[in-house]
Amino acid sequence: MHSPFVEIYRPIAILMIVALGFAVAPLITAWLWAKKFSIKKPGPVKNATYECGLDSKEDAVLPFRPEYYLYAIVFLIFDVEAIFLLPFAVSFAGLSLGASIVMLIFLLLLVEGLIWTWRKGVLVWV
Amino acid sequence: MDTQLKEELSRQGIFTTTLEELYNWGRRSSVWPLTFGLACCAIEMIATTMARYDLARFGAEVFRPSPRQADLMIVAGTVTKKMAPQVVRLYNQMPEPKYVIAMGACAISGGPFKQGYNVLKGIDRYIPVDVHIPGCPPRPEALMDAFITLQKKIDAQSLTGPDRPRYLDVEQPSEFPVPAYGAHDLVPAKNIKLWNIISKNIPTGPTAAGDDGSGKD
Repeated sequence: MHSPFVEIYRPIAILMIVALGFAVAPLITAWLWAKKFSIKKPGPVKNATYECGLDSKEDAVLPFRPEYYLYAIVFLIFDVEAIFLLPFAVSFAGLSLGASIVMLIFLLLLVEGLIWTWRKGVLVWV
Repeated sequence: MDTQLKEELSRQGIFTTTLEELYNWGRRSSVWPLTFGLACCAIEMIATTMARYDLARFGAEVFRPSPRQADLMIVAGTVTKKMAPQVVRLYNQMPEPKYVIAMGACAISGGPFKQGYNVLKGIDRYIPVDVHIPGCPPRPEALMDAFITLQKKIDAQSLTGPDRPRYLDVEQPSEFPVPAYGAHDLVPAKNIKLWNIISKNIPTGPTAAGDDGSGKD
């Protein structure tokens, strides 16, 4: 218990515990208050899905096509590629053979990915 | 606690309070309004929250975009009969405790559009209003006055006993019936439990042949 490590970090540990308690205590108090004391008055309108005061038409949870998600991922990959391509293009003349090959492998992988997504039909927006 | 003893203690530099006062202090100091404007009064409401008038001084700066997080509904503007069901539904969807300020002539009585076929003649026909503010539109100071009035009202509430606030009373409803569009008017035209003022000027009975008062509300 008397190692210098413990001595140094004890105030920080105390601070952490107090900070955590400070944040969590009101939440726990509110939760206990809600469980023990507050009067519950649920109702069909009160529990209905909130739609700006209008009658909700459907359930809030509904399926939607994941096309946008795939599109976003493809965009992200090529966005990163563009960031790497710019310094590559700038320092192209001064690069060693090894660096050039590495970069070309990187490009090849991404082009392969592009071909794959193309053939999968991700790039066609339905 | 005895008021005299409390004053005596506070003169000696000892601050005493009760759980009830502390609870009410907490309630009145963080009344979060609903982001909800209906007409021109809403512009004054927005002005009230901005730097010049600064409603944040009274703990009401956080306008919540969802009724689930809001405590106060400021009915700011003309409530058309098209909008009234939505207003009532929004009020119903707010968690307890909840308060209503009817802001401006339209919200309290229909205002200049009272004779119109399409305007509700006061939102207190459907939901319980805590504070009414007249004015067309009321100035930001008036809204702040209404807000302080509401705070005083909250402060004065006792948590137990017969005059405890509505939300602590199991008998009192949390939801109010949402009116529906009828052939000519909203059905029902008013919540009779809330709006039970009997009009004395309209004659009733067989002698009043011309006007039996049915179309009036």
